[in-house]
Amino acid sequence: MYAWLWRHLPGGRRARLAQLAAAAVLLLLVCFVWVFPAISTLSERNGATVGSAPSSTEGTVP
Amino acid sequence: MLVTAELVLTASVLVLLYLGWYLVVDDRVAAHRQTSSATDLERAWDAAPAPSPVPEASAPRTGEAFATIRVPRFGADWRRMVVEGTDVEELARGVGHYTGSALPGQVGNFAVAGHRLTHGSAFTEIDRLRDGDVVGVRTAGTWFVYRVTGHEIVEPRQVDVVAAVPGEPGVAPTRALMTLTSCHPLYGSSQRYVVHAALDRTQPAADGVPVELREAVR
Repeated sequence: MYAWLWRHLPGGRRARLAQLAAAAVLLLLVCFVWVFPAISTLSERNGATVGSAPSSTEGTVP
Repeated sequence: MLVTAELVLTASVLVLLYLGWYLVVDDRVAAHRQTSSATDLERAWDAAPAPSPVPEASAPRTGEAFATIRVPRFGADWRRMVVEGTDVEELARGVGHYTGSALPGQVGNFAVAGHRLTHGSAFTEIDRLRDGDVVGVRTAGTWFVYRVTGHEIVEPRQVDVVAAVPGEPGVAPTRALMTLTSCHPLYGSSQRYVVHAALDRTQPAADGVPVELREAVR
């Protein structure tokens, strides 16, 4: 997969590295700003209060 | 085969990135935001002093930030808003007030909940509180100085820790108490860490921050 990507990127070694670095930064940005917040909202449950059902102890937010 | 390995490795890196974001980045950003909003709220109160005499406290609406809390043991700059309600949305903004429990300074139990870890980690250091430690609560016009009287570790279902008289549901309260709840253990949530405190004294907010809250305890 990555070998295939490397072969198909234009330019020399430096240009390819720069493109991959830019892609990595872009991916990180998209994850941090949109993807990760959305995931954390999906899995959100409340573990700080008393009174929550015992079933909610699995995978809760501390 | 190689592609599968690459996909698994990529997925692993993404999962680790997510954990790092969840436990560090999002947590720090939330903590900073929650500290700022508590400071802003206190400044807004100072800028528009409460009418004198202070009107009787009315029940806050869900989501309303009606108080701030400071705990010197958590750090000199540590502060949070107290938001009405204890759902995920309220705890994301600061410390949540158990709806129906007493308001600050009232006879009964002023009960609040805060995240132990992630989402601003309000009560990360709740297990460092010792008997006699100060918990300061401020409303628009008044500072309430509570002092810690003890702690317990309970099952999540044990709601009587936030009763008007902790541990004795149905009993009429005679003292102004406060209870803080959070997750326990630190990286889990199978139990709850509960700290009890009692009202020591009050002072008008116009007189400034109570001296107990300005003393370093670290």
